[in-house]
Amino acid sequence: MQLTGADIVVKSLKEEGVEHVFGYPGGAALHIYDAFHRQDDVEHVLVRHEQGATHAADGYARSTGLPGVVLVTSGPGITNAITGIATAYMDSIPMVVLSGQVMKPLIGYDAFQEIDAVGISRPCVKHNFLIQNVEDIAATIKKAFHIATTGRPGPVLIDIPKDITADVAEFVYPKKVEIRSYAPPMRSQASDIVGAVEAILNAKRPIVYTGGGIVLAKAQEELRTFVKQLGFPCTNTLMGLGAYPHDDHQFIGMLGMHGTYEANMAMHDADLIIALGARFDDRITGTLDGFAPDAKILHVDIDPSVIDKNIKADIAIVADVKEVLNAFNSEISRRHKDLNPTLIEAWWETIQGWRALNSFWYDQNDTVIKPQFVVQKLHEATNGEAYVTSDVGQHQMYAAQFYGFSDTHKWINSGGLGTMGFGLPAAMGVKFAHRDADVACITGEGSIQMCIQELATCKQYDLPVKVINLNNRYLGMVRQWQEFSYEKRYSNSYMDSLPDFVALAEAYGHVGMQITKPSDVEGALREAFAMKDRLVFMDFITDQKENVYPMIESGKSHNEMRLRPGKPS
Amino acid sequence: MRHIISVLLENEPGALSRVSGLFSARGYNIESLTVAPTNDPTLSRMTIVTIGDDRKIDQIEKQLNKLVDVAALQDITLGGHLEREVVLAKVLANESQKPQLERVAESFNASLVAVSDTQFIIEMSGSSEKIDELLNSIKTLTVLELARSGVTGLSSGETVLKV
Repeated sequence: MQLTGADIVVKSLKEEGVEHVFGYPGGAALHIYDAFHRQDDVEHVLVRHEQGATHAADGYARSTGLPGVVLVTSGPGITNAITGIATAYMDSIPMVVLSGQVMKPLIGYDAFQEIDAVGISRPCVKHNFLIQNVEDIAATIKKAFHIATTGRPGPVLIDIPKDITADVAEFVYPKKVEIRSYAPPMRSQASDIVGAVEAILNAKRPIVYTGGGIVLAKAQEELRTFVKQLGFPCTNTLMGLGAYPHDDHQFIGMLGMHGTYEANMAMHDADLIIALGARFDDRITGTLDGFAPDAKILHVDIDPSVIDKNIKADIAIVADVKEVLNAFNSEISRRHKDLNPTLIEAWWETIQGWRALNSFWYDQNDTVIKPQFVVQKLHEATNGEAYVTSDVGQHQMYAAQFYGFSDTHKWINSGGLGTMGFGLPAAMGVKFAHRDADVACITGEGSIQMCIQELATCKQYDLPVKVINLNNRYLGMVRQWQEFSYEKRYSNSYMDSLPDFVALAEAYGHVGMQITKPSDVEGALREAFAMKDRLVFMDFITDQKENVYPMIESGKSHNEMRLRPGKPS
Repeated sequence: MRHIISVLLENEPGALSRVSGLFSARGYNIESLTVAPTNDPTLSRMTIVTIGDDRKIDQIEKQLNKLVDVAALQDITLGGHLEREVVLAKVLANESQKPQLERVAESFNASLVAVSDTQFIIEMSGSSEKIDELLNSIKTLTVLELARSGVTGLSSGETVLKV
């Protein structure tokens, strides 16, 4: 079948099973947009800014495990998309970005809206392509989806010059893809499994530390079996929340800079750290010199480059973590008689002592709303089953600490790059994938303004997201660091002249609410979530001086946490 | 420690910038980098000379391997290997200095091409160390221009770097 390049693009997306493409048109992409107009297999979602398109595709990907797809034009189209591509790259999210490019004969001549998309995206994509011939479009799209979704996932960009989308070629979508220089590791060696399980069975102070890799590998069931069989304590990273149920007694909370006292102390004092799909990021380890001095490190990851990057592994297994957990579980079953729960009894007693400190405590008084209280009430109003997206800052940490996740793919935040403006468009992407589910975007008055234009997209596509704006009239995390480390010199962290968010929401055609009293929080949330078909923007006026505790400050170790001063009343 | 890493990569536009971009983005050292197509025209062979401790070299190799265009790589300094670099130096030598230049060329097995009565190009291929020695022995002369190719090399064992 002879088709134009533009039709080949759209048909190839259909072949990949793509249902939604998030994008924004422009000159170099117009042939492709025309091809979208000729069919209704693949829905194009018109955002209001290309950054929103990438975050929406990202939210779609994180909540489904499927690749998110983006279409933008050349020049400012792709430069605006870069922040979202980098966000996906840092968190290993599968994404395919198609960008229009100026016509081939104009490339290199500083044409209108020309930018070197392949060059500008190179540091933040898993791979990218500049298509040279119409005959290459289908095979390149096939390769792009393969690369984006296999091994350690990530974004792949395909830059397509405009003239190529007008050229005509025979359309054949390849059934298979082979890239000789690309072979992600998949299977572990049996001998590695036996050795690792030997170390596991002999541990006296073990901790299971899991990251986003468990989510990406869809290995939550295998993880739960593993942890349950062993009776070990389990901690999740910010990216890995939901992998282990928040309310199980073996879960000792999130670890890291704003993690629980018990999780961080257990990391510090452990004799065996079982790292599964996690990369020992600096927000997790604290200072490397003081990191877990007595621990043997067992590190499982699909990406060989994270092994020994920050922390040297004693046992390293490079493979799909789901496959490794299955292998661990069978080996542990086989050696069931060697399991000795008394070996870790003293360890659990120590952990319970740390846990008794209740390091997330806060006091909710009658006068001013505490942000943590809103998140706890949100959990109750949604039975803990909502998809929760967040922006970046204090509210992100409150969401991570207090929502309480029981499933993967439901907590959606920019952990690696830390991108303000992520939450609302990510929530849109989630809504496209899960039309009937509750989707809440926990944000702050700073972050929400970075992509607030997407309220219009929500109106156009009837996306009844609930925006939980924890409004403390400060860039809260910046203010907190300034309080702790800059002698309270609050340089540019105060948000003066904020908009009237209720009026703003209404101007976009949504419902706006402002909540100022603690006693109104629960009722307002229930009222908002009862409005199934409306986007409700809930502006919670919260305590200006509230800080996120506990905290491992920069340069400190796990056992040097800063705890909330005082005691619960 | 100085390491020579040989890389086979897809002969695609942009492949070189992926490698050089990786080195600058991650703050790795590049002493020299050479690249040219191989007898298989779909593959280029790149030779990178870099400096770092074992841990850094391990990271460099892993990060290179992560690049989709990288098909194979080998640290040839781990075993026996041949390394060669080519130098071309345009040197000013008057009548009285010319015999010295000729003696140096002869002792280093270098060739001498006359550009004019007073300018000569001395050309030599050898290890970087040998080239440093050559340049040292003509340092009393005026070097007008100098071009060094950067190192290329092969492992001298029977193992073959291939896809």
